[in-house]
Amino acid sequence: MRNRLILFLFGLGLWFLLSWSLDWQHVLVGIAVSAFVAFLTGDMFVKRPGHFLSPKRYLWFFYFIPLFLWECLKANIDVALRILNPRLKINPGIVKIKTKLTSDTGLTFLANSITLTPGTLCVDINPEKGLLYIHWIDVKTQKSEDAARIIAGKFESILGRIFE
Amino acid sequence: MNETLGLIFISIGLVFDLIGCFGLLRMPDVYNRLQATTKCVTLGTSSILLGVLFFKGFGPTGIKAILVGVFLLLTAPVAAHALARGAYRSGVKLCEKSVCDDYAKDALS
Repeated sequence: MRNRLILFLFGLGLWFLLSWSLDWQHVLVGIAVSAFVAFLTGDMFVKRPGHFLSPKRYLWFFYFIPLFLWECLKANIDVALRILNPRLKINPGIVKIKTKLTSDTGLTFLANSITLTPGTLCVDINPEKGLLYIHWIDVKTQKSEDAARIIAGKFESILGRIFE
Repeated sequence: MNETLGLIFISIGLVFDLIGCFGLLRMPDVYNRLQATTKCVTLGTSSILLGVLFFKGFGPTGIKAILVGVFLLLTAPVAAHALARGAYRSGVKLCEKSVCDDYAKDALS
């Protein structure tokens, strides 16, 4: 029941942001649609409702957002310079890194963050063994542990605190 | 003031989108092309949407622009991951410049 309630509130909030109107017809349709969607898919999206109640996770999440945006900006400038360089300085390859995260949401966020940060693109995930296969545009090391530290080190511990 | 800021952000966004297109043309294989397009186009388009927010202010349009930006940040990496994995599974090789390929060693066995 609790997971459906969380999804309902989330859907309703999104609806108010999108419609940006407190007219009673908008509110009524919003409540009806969010309740229907929450009833259908509540147990698919929210697996552990207890996590939504701990304020520490939100604090870490708000710490994560600016860090992530800054890394994303650096990634873009780095890749843009590589593209504009006439000699096309690339040194690509696929490396394997190991992660401690196990939850679906945590792995998804880690893979997404890796894809949007400097020169790395997540090709495949093996959730059972906690392995991520990363296409790296400029391979600095082929050792799995060093690569994990360079690629995922910044995000992994914070995401662990948010989602595990 | 707000219009100037909006124009600045939209111009930055357009430059990054253009660089993303150059990357699509210049890079040697699928994976490197995905790198170029995912990163540059995500930031470029987010920047254009931020410019729209500065133009329109916190009204219906501005909020929608921000929401579109958030969804873009969430979905673009997933799409890139799906494309890269699909390409690898259907047998697209890495370019000759590539130095290592750990995926071939154990994922496909």
